Amino acid sequence: MSVVAAGTPAPDFTLRREDYRRFTREDLLGKTTVLVFYPFAFSPVCTDQLNLYEEVLERFSEQGATLYGVSCDATWSQKAFKEQLGVTIEQLSDFEPKGATCRAFGVYFEKGGMPTRALVMIGPDGVVQWSWEGEHPGVLPGANLIFDALAARA
Amino acid sequence: MSGGLGSAPLPPLAPDDHVLGSGCDQPRIVVYADYECPYCAALEQRLVADEATWVFRHFPVRSKHPRAWAAACAAEAAALQGRFAEMHASLYADQARLEDPHLWARASELGLDVARFDADRRSERVLARVRRDFESGVRAGVVTTPTLFEHGAMRVDVPADT
Repeated sequence: MSVVAAGTPAPDFTLRREDYRRFTREDLLGKTTVLVFYPFAFSPVCTDQLNLYEEVLERFSEQGATLYGVSCDATWSQKAFKEQLGVTIEQLSDFEPKGATCRAFGVYFEKGGMPTRALVMIGPDGVVQWSWEGEHPGVLPGANLIFDALAARA
Repeated sequence: MSGGLGSAPLPPLAPDDHVLGSGCDQPRIVVYADYECPYCAALEQRLVADEATWVFRHFPVRSKHPRAWAAACAAEAAALQGRFAEMHASLYADQARLEDPHLWARASELGLDVARFDADRRSERVLARVRRDFESGVRAGVVTTPTLFEHGAMRVDVPADT
């Protein structure tokens, strides 16, 4: 299994927002979305990644991109994680049924019961514009890669 | 395109880059770090012990280290009075005291004009200088601190010898 490729329509999926509402494919339409899949809340490497994206969030916003963190942690854990990090990036939970959305996007690591570290950028038409997956969870994608993808949009 | 922070090579040594250490050779090491990061302080100690020469660039991330921007701006404000290296060493020597009164005390101990220091550290000029370092790091793929480049290539480990 590997991450969904550019040019593929985003799959149907359901994630839970922090207020427990559903976040589905419909929520992608009309804007550019970057889903930031990360293995676990509170793992040290994930911390640095979201902290950095938070630091340049305004610049992403200027480019018309909205970022979301996605993991298989429960909403409550994600909210505690977000609070501890001091970040504002909204978290989406793939807790139940566990990993269903991660599987749909091709980023579920079965042996670990977690998403791989991956980025998926989806355009306003619901089609994947760019994706990235780390060779292993220790590889951290710099914010520059997302800006490159945003700049490469037609 | 404008406004983005897309990939770019590590910038070469600029006239106003901060070169630290023994200064006896052309620096082959560039470090992106912040003053509130304990791992950065450990790396600093190591570089000093190894008598290395390195370029120091700021990489403050406020949600991770809330006082890192203020500390970086303090170092740059000291630089405007010719005392960057001294303020840099002072900040790393005691990372537990980074609040404003501590920064004023450090400036005073270094013999700086404290009123000027305080105005400078809040100035757009100093902010832009720190932001320049930070953005060059983002473009070069820096995610975390400290990140060390050797001969222009990012090291994911800290080298056994510097």
